[in-house]
Amino acid sequence: MTDPLDGLRRAMGDATPAPDPARRIANLARAQGIFDRAQGAAAEPRPTRERPDGWTALRHGADRMFVALTSRPALVTTTGLAALSLVIAVPMIREGTVPRLQPVDVPATTIVSQDQVSDPLAIDEGPEITAAPAPSKPPPAVAPPAAVDSRARSARVEGLEVAEQARSLPSSAGDPAASTVLLAPSHTDERDFRHETLAKPGSEIFANADPQPLKIAAEEPVSTFAIDVDTASYAVIRSSLMHGFLPPREAVRIEEMINYFPYAHPEPAPGEAPFRPTVTVTETPWNSDTQLLHIALQGRSPAVEDRPPLNLVFLVDTSGSMDAPAKLPLLVQSFRLMLGQLRAQDQIAIATYAGSASLVLGATPADDRRAILAALSQLDAGGSTAGAEGLRLAYQTAESMAAEGEVTRVILATDGDFNVGISDPDALQDFIARKRRSGIYLSVLGFGRGNLNDATMQALAQNGNGQAAYIDTLSEAQKVLVDQLTGALFPIADDVKVQIEFNPAVVAEYRLIGYETRALRREDFNNDRVDAGEIGAGHTVVAIYEITPVGSSAVLGDPLRYADPREASQGADGELAYLRLRYKKPGETTSQLIKLAIIPGMGTANADIRFAIAIAGFGQILRDSRYLGNWSYLDALSLAEANVGDDPFGYRREAVTLIHLAKSLSD
Amino acid sequence: MADADHELALAAANGDRAAFATLLARHYDRLFRLCFRLTGRREAAEDLTQDICLVLPAKLKHFRGEAKLTTWLYRVAVNAAHDRRRRTATRVKSAEGWGDWELNRRAAAAHTAAHLKWLRQAMAALPEQLRETAALTLGDEMTHAEAAQVLGVSEGTISWRLSEIRKRLRAVRQEELSS
Repeated sequence: MTDPLDGLRRAMGDATPAPDPARRIANLARAQGIFDRAQGAAAEPRPTRERPDGWTALRHGADRMFVALTSRPALVTTTGLAALSLVIAVPMIREGTVPRLQPVDVPATTIVSQDQVSDPLAIDEGPEITAAPAPSKPPPAVAPPAAVDSRARSARVEGLEVAEQARSLPSSAGDPAASTVLLAPSHTDERDFRHETLAKPGSEIFANADPQPLKIAAEEPVSTFAIDVDTASYAVIRSSLMHGFLPPREAVRIEEMINYFPYAHPEPAPGEAPFRPTVTVTETPWNSDTQLLHIALQGRSPAVEDRPPLNLVFLVDTSGSMDAPAKLPLLVQSFRLMLGQLRAQDQIAIATYAGSASLVLGATPADDRRAILAALSQLDAGGSTAGAEGLRLAYQTAESMAAEGEVTRVILATDGDFNVGISDPDALQDFIARKRRSGIYLSVLGFGRGNLNDATMQALAQNGNGQAAYIDTLSEAQKVLVDQLTGALFPIADDVKVQIEFNPAVVAEYRLIGYETRALRREDFNNDRVDAGEIGAGHTVVAIYEITPVGSSAVLGDPLRYADPREASQGADGELAYLRLRYKKPGETTSQLIKLAIIPGMGTANADIRFAIAIAGFGQILRDSRYLGNWSYLDALSLAEANVGDDPFGYRREAVTLIHLAKSLSD
Repeated sequence: MADADHELALAAANGDRAAFATLLARHYDRLFRLCFRLTGRREAAEDLTQDICLVLPAKLKHFRGEAKLTTWLYRVAVNAAHDRRRRTATRVKSAEGWGDWELNRRAAAAHTAAHLKWLRQAMAALPEQLRETAALTLGDEMTHAEAAQVLGVSEGTISWRLSEIRKRLRAVRQEELSS
């Protein structure tokens, strides 16, 4: 008889999963924060560089962003709000919507009695090991067990903790020794850390999971994910390529690249759901034996005149660090651009904060451009940053402007460096969360690179029911504040989830391109307490699957010898798949369901779709090209170039340039 | 590797933040795997790993380098597991952990469904101390001496526990065969 221990050993090795990458990042960051506080680590001097100085600085900026983006609440509850460029919109933990609820505990009485009689083998209930006494009391940030409430709270606090962590990171921009990246666990294990050590530990971890693996439809017919309208990854990739470097693989999130671009898919008819799915089945450019399933969700765009009146309070950081071309002056220019989008019934106020907060322009109708422009032109940077005081003033002003049926929003423009004024982060957060309930939204615009405290911005926006965007150029301001203003300000559907069931009689294998960080469990689809992404007015969200038909020579997996003989369900003859969508109307807690059968040859591939496919291919080359065969940058380039289409704002032409750059850099 | 760990830990204990970050990043995955083996549930393992991360900065200050770092770290982990269990008073639930964990992607790739079912049953059938011992000696391939150090018992106790585990596994198998 074989040793049963060997069986146990083997089974255990097989069963052990990998840690959740998002929690890994968050835990490492939090531990570092605690470590630093315990050491009383002095704040590092602030870098003054405006532009990323080569790769190191560039990556640091990006990494901070990623660290911030992937705290657990961000991933679990993430909703990409409106497709602002570089938008990272993290929704609030709302009352009653706690992500990943723990199962309810067994009543305590039962447990206690069981507890006393368990362990028949209590032979060495010896003293606790003294060298490392058991933690006598949990640190405050640990979520007490199974208590839904505190769990939510812990998640809420996490944002700021990560923020603090990011703020205290030393700036080693330009230090070549710091340029070794700690990317993924698999890389880290083999390295000699003593020498390659990351001077910026928590910051050098990118948020990404392994590329979506190929799934066999007969074994796992259902694929579930949350939509993602963030576009941060695209901006980081652009930034990298523009500075002459290929982006690190982990920085590439393909769905964010695809969703950066505006598309014009059919809008929903009046009276229907707020968005409409369009499904297209088309050939795969990189594999003639597979097909692509392109799913687009097009949000309704309400006419500008139907928009409720807007009350906007600009809260402008005028601290010393904002005194740089890419910061305050760019901010003033950006706001000028935005003014053109506002109407007479909209109101604007401007507050500034530096050493102290002050109101430089009281509530003013948006068509009084002279007064507004005069106030903008007087903004001047100097002093330190009293962010908390500024926020209080801004909210106070906003409250005085708010009225029934209007949308009121505070727009905070900053480089994110709240180095004065947050003596109590919890109190500030509570303050913002309270204001959220009063119906006032908060948006955060980040300016400048090298000093951008993206984590703080995230924490604020996420608590303020808002979004954060990063503005590095005037054209980015145009995209965020002008072209997509409406979508940014008016969400039309919350918690949008997608579930596709493939028909194993027709589809042998499938693979979702991108959305690694957005995967949901199958059972979470119908659970309205699980958060997902949001769609803003007029936005498009695209997901692409590569599918291999049954009998195709491209099938990679061998059929199971002992698989159950499967039969296609009745009435589903020839259907490729079945699409289910769930969403909530803003403010509601119960979701609606949309269903759609997908048949072969559905839809026709237009320029929009082919362009999205080109970007999906480009992303895969940057990330992991194992499924692409010989398909190259050149192929992506010609496919994208041929499908630039209308492109009124030049986003697609810019992407073509980027593919070109990437090709040159990789040669 | 062990030497590097040792040096890093001592540097971190002296307040070197880079050393601390490196050390934790380096051991995080291993720590998580141990937590999973101790709890048998993915969620619980994630939470336990988090607990450990949060107490580690304080604990590390007391690391004097008498023990091997991994031994020391595992001791922290096992204690944290005890502590969490005490706090949550859900010994029942954690014992059931091995019974209700999700069949995740990784599991799908494992040998056979029967194999997993067997593991689940086997682990659930073991009392806590035996499960801990199994998690350390089988899952992490620690020597009996190391496991003994982590658990604060004698080497003989570990050997005895392993034979006890064997006995119980055989019993489980017998039950399967007869049913």
